[in-house]
Amino acid sequence: MSAEPLLQVRELDKHFGAVQALYHVDLDLPAGKVTALCGDNGAGKTVLTKCIAGIYQPDRGQVLWEGHPVHIRTPRDASRLGIETVYQDLALADNLDIVQNMFLGRERTRSQLLDEDSMERAAKETLTSLHVTTVRSIRQPVASLSGGQRQSVAVAKAVMWNSRLVILDEPTAALGVVQTRQVLDLTRRLRDRGLAVMVISHNLNDVFEVADRIAVLYLGRLVVQDDASNFDRQSVVEYMTTGGLSRSGGTRTRES
Amino acid sequence: MARAPGKADTPDVGADLTVAEDAAVVELPPEVVAQTLGDYARATVLRLRSGESGVLPVIVGLLAISIVFQSIGPNGLYLSPGNLVNLFQQSAVFMVLAMAEGFALILGEIDLSIGYVGACGAAITVQLVQPVTTNWPWWAAVLAGLAFCFAFGFIQGALITRLRLPSFIVTLAGFLIGNGLMLIILLLGPFSGFPSLAAPDGDVQVVYNLMWAAIDPTVSWIAAAALVAAVGALIWFGDSRRRRSGLVAPPASLSAIKIGLIAATAIVVVAICSVNRANFGFFAGVPWVIPIVLGVFGVWTVLLTRTRYGRYVYAIGGNPEAARRAGVNLAMVRTIAFALCALTAGIGMLLFASYLGGMSNNVNGGSQVLYAVAAAVIGGTSLFGGRGKPLHGLLGGLVIGAIYNGTYLIGLAVQYQFIVTGLVLVAAVTVDSVSRRGATSGSVSRV
Repeated sequence: MSAEPLLQVRELDKHFGAVQALYHVDLDLPAGKVTALCGDNGAGKTVLTKCIAGIYQPDRGQVLWEGHPVHIRTPRDASRLGIETVYQDLALADNLDIVQNMFLGRERTRSQLLDEDSMERAAKETLTSLHVTTVRSIRQPVASLSGGQRQSVAVAKAVMWNSRLVILDEPTAALGVVQTRQVLDLTRRLRDRGLAVMVISHNLNDVFEVADRIAVLYLGRLVVQDDASNFDRQSVVEYMTTGGLSRSGGTRTRES
Repeated sequence: MARAPGKADTPDVGADLTVAEDAAVVELPPEVVAQTLGDYARATVLRLRSGESGVLPVIVGLLAISIVFQSIGPNGLYLSPGNLVNLFQQSAVFMVLAMAEGFALILGEIDLSIGYVGACGAAITVQLVQPVTTNWPWWAAVLAGLAFCFAFGFIQGALITRLRLPSFIVTLAGFLIGNGLMLIILLLGPFSGFPSLAAPDGDVQVVYNLMWAAIDPTVSWIAAAALVAAVGALIWFGDSRRRRSGLVAPPASLSAIKIGLIAATAIVVVAICSVNRANFGFFAGVPWVIPIVLGVFGVWTVLLTRTRYGRYVYAIGGNPEAARRAGVNLAMVRTIAFALCALTAGIGMLLFASYLGGMSNNVNGGSQVLYAVAAAVIGGTSLFGGRGKPLHGLLGGLVIGAIYNGTYLIGLAVQYQFIVTGLVLVAAVTVDSVSRRGATSGSVSRV
């Protein structure tokens, strides 16, 4: 990417009591690319995500949005910038239908009453543009959807709001083969729309299938980030488990 | 969608995402997939088989109850117009209380206090209109009683949401406090604890008339026709507008059937009420309590299904975490729901006071609240949150009222009345639970 990355994290520190969760983390999330964030359990993936999404406040360091320093203090600040996070546990209400879920918290109203027609049309357009077309009806309750369909609805919900950076937290965990395929296709479609996408994943199959860039966290440090073509499975595993490369693998060290 | 940034779509990226999905075949509400009346009927049958029975069991149950009491009761008295009007009046109290409890149940909470809190509100109203003491105008007295209920519910809701106390315990305390307050309020003034609503005229009589006065039959017919026309027009034009713009909508024939059912119900009710029910002379017409209950039903239905607030109530009942992440103010929505619950209970118990012709320390708010929960659950509201409508309260209240009236009519003592009601409650919950367990998929069995 020649242009400036959409979001840059610089020298980010975060600790909880005596535990240093993140240490001098630098991360770039360019538009139009899928960046995979890998790391073992406890490496700090979730903490880093929550710092970007406004749930945690970093202790030190900067977040640059289109090159300008920003302070993301609440999830609302994040959505105002155009950052939407799709959480692992989905945050959909089972008893509401797809339209109701997609507009939850941002319902359109006309003279105080819900404008169902306009919401249904908008939800339909978004789902169609993402090729999520045959959930049988967008008025069916989310309880009747499969795991992949639910994940698709959650992602569609995130892109409805002029979002420019979508963070997917373990999007394929607990999904079957076909459903995983759907979600990865959807992820690529977001990238093709010019959005910056960050995927947090344990699953290296998924990572190599969908990611343009790979970043690895090891014990709170970002040990490497580079184009996915410069990694192979072996090297990613080594970065994840030891924080470095012992022998001459397929990749270089950190950039930026 | 238009507001999404970025390039044009990329149709080459792959076919439909959801092809090869097999899980979407489960319990769909028929209205979302059916295109024609035939489809709709088939889908409804499917849905019944899969355990999503809706309000059908309640209707069947009401029919069964009517047949039983009509056949074993004294010479066909049960379904006589005079008794049916009486039955409506008795049910009205249960209906309104069940709609009140609905607010708590949809949130996945419970409110045990509504019987006595509502009774406090009613006692306040009945005391304030007494000419020999305060002599307030009836509307001010009613507002004062309802304001008390709203405030009491608001405080309970605040304790539950801000301090995170369990609703069961907080409203149990409210039950006891309400009982005590009701007795204190009743002992005020020179009425020895029995302020009465018996009076020839004036503001006292207005409160008495809430339950007992009737609208002239001619006016009843005109008003009912206007109401059906208005509701019918809303349904018809709403549905056809949605059909035209390609949104999910029922077929035209179904809209017509819906409107027909509403019209038929209105005609039957007004016809029953228009029969002379006085032993001497002439007395007929729709009792005021029916439009009052319909008003409560209509307002709460619009609030719950057509406003942001209502949407949030359901979202919190279904998944509080999702609502929180969507930026919903959980504490405020919940607190107001408890306040509205108590307010509605105030209306219900005011109707009860009017039915009794006064308030007394015999009013048992404990059994009233249990009837209210039973009515809501019999009508189809889930105890686990997220599912329930004011319509469920209406139908459940009618069931409880029908049993109450029938057991009274055949001369069963009150102890057996309790037992019969209890058995019906168990039966209703069992039917619901068994039919749902029989469903092919477990995806709706989330509690």
